[in-house]
Amino acid sequence: MNTIDHNHKLTLAYDKYVRYLFIASAVFMTVIIFSIIFFIGKQGLMTFTEVSPIEFFFTSKWDPMGHHYGALSFIIGSIVVTFMSIVIGAPLGLAGAVFMAKIAPKWVREIMRPATDLYVAVPSVVYGYVGLVLLVPFLREFFHVGTGFGLLAAAIILAVMILPTIISICEDAIRSVPKTLEEASLALGATRWQTLWQVVIPAAMPGILTAVILAMARAIGETMAVQMLIGNTPMIATSLFSPTSALTSNIVVEMGNTPFGSAWGNSLFLMALVLLLISLGMILLIRRIGARRIA
Amino acid sequence: MSAKSINQLATVCMWIAGVLILGILMAFLGYILYKGLPVLSFDFIFGKSRELEAGGGVGAQLFNSFYILFLSMLVSIPLAIGAGVYLAEYAKENRLTYLIRLSTESLATVPSIVLGLFGMIVFVNFFRAGFSIIGGSLTLMLLNLPVLVRVTEESIRTVPKYYSEASLALGATKFQTIWKVVLPNAMPGIITGITLTAGRALGETAILIFTAGTTVSRHLGDTNVLAAGETLAVHMWYLMSTGLVPDRVAIADGIGALLIIMILIFNLVFAIPGRIIQKRTGTMR
Repeated sequence: MNTIDHNHKLTLAYDKYVRYLFIASAVFMTVIIFSIIFFIGKQGLMTFTEVSPIEFFFTSKWDPMGHHYGALSFIIGSIVVTFMSIVIGAPLGLAGAVFMAKIAPKWVREIMRPATDLYVAVPSVVYGYVGLVLLVPFLREFFHVGTGFGLLAAAIILAVMILPTIISICEDAIRSVPKTLEEASLALGATRWQTLWQVVIPAAMPGILTAVILAMARAIGETMAVQMLIGNTPMIATSLFSPTSALTSNIVVEMGNTPFGSAWGNSLFLMALVLLLISLGMILLIRRIGARRIA
Repeated sequence: MSAKSINQLATVCMWIAGVLILGILMAFLGYILYKGLPVLSFDFIFGKSRELEAGGGVGAQLFNSFYILFLSMLVSIPLAIGAGVYLAEYAKENRLTYLIRLSTESLATVPSIVLGLFGMIVFVNFFRAGFSIIGGSLTLMLLNLPVLVRVTEESIRTVPKYYSEASLALGATKFQTIWKVVLPNAMPGIITGITLTAGRALGETAILIFTAGTTVSRHLGDTNVLAAGETLAVHMWYLMSTGLVPDRVAIADGIGALLIIMILIFNLVFAIPGRIIQKRTGTMR
């Protein structure tokens, strides 16, 4: 009797303390994100002891040897390449999502599901490599330009890389639109396209916006493919084919050569902080949109 | 144009989009395999890499890729399952839960280069470990965690409530119920999530360049966690950006094919059985 009692107490004690283990591992997520913000922020903000914020954010002369730390060209490069990739990738991804959700026969859908998973799984360095050996020479020949490196090459590969994000989230959003809305539209005599365009897609809009924002977050943070294709020249691009740089690509190119704690090194951490804040801002934006979801 | 012909045109356009999406993927995979498969040989896959002359292999990088993946999974899986269980079974809708969810989502969107720099500050500079396998693994963990947490939580939520109610009614404690009823039933989903995450982590580059480094140990298959640990994906990038070997394109082709083959295995061979089990148990319910 006594041992049973003892065992039971032990079981209850387990039950109690394991709970704290679960809580601890969950709280660990919060600890991580705050330490990332803290460490990157601390290292990045030290730049401002030597470089003025105005110089960093609003000038584009990047010459660390000559103590010029204007990061404007990287910021513009990141933003432009992200928007271009969305302009190319989002319509294609949305059309693919509509296709998968509403038009494709079942067997095609069964192929496209694992295909979107594979899109995510292909390493970004492989995307970059294919861009490097296939797309860049193609652009060079086709448009008769100097190198083929630049915004367009990077944006095209990025558009491919964000496809799975757009497709899977848009598909979920389209599927979750109540059937009754669709049936009402069809019953009024609308064609399938009219129903999709005027009823289903507007109703799925919060989800589609979420997809686009997440895709932007992925595109602006993508490093390897962009570094391999953008040309890595710290100048504001004058055309789609002039080599330029993005925040991520410049960090990868220069971090290896900079002493830790120097103004140069710190300014690279500041670029990382900018990227971090952009991605956190996007998450908050998605939360906003999600809260207003109707359908 | 009448509404009908617009409808037909739109249908055609969407078919084109669907075919294009599949076609781009096929083109990528096909090109990499077509170029890379002829390069693959025993000497290439298991041989040592060389700095200057042609004919090097990727044995050390292959070993490091799996070693780092293994170590990072070893730490991330228990942590993620713990957090996932908490969110699915214990969490009340309060501030703390909101903060944890927000943190997990945020962590999932932090660019991998930023995670890499964070790892560099913590492991390379703060702990003075230099570029090391352990630093790379622990930083790679940050990439895995949010995905695994979400997958665990979702898988647990698909386990019917009456399973755990039955267990609790029999007098089992909450932990016994979670351990013996909920988790085993959620396992197929969690395993699918783990293989998909592992596939992604295997090809990760930006996180590892400044934490595990771009060099390898002199000894093949060195299990010392403080040795530098260049992985396949990092080696591929390194070759194409600063490599000096004359046959770097051939080696990169080979690495590309190796990575794609491993990812196909992870996605198709490991993940699909999990899905089938999931479906089957799904229909049984």
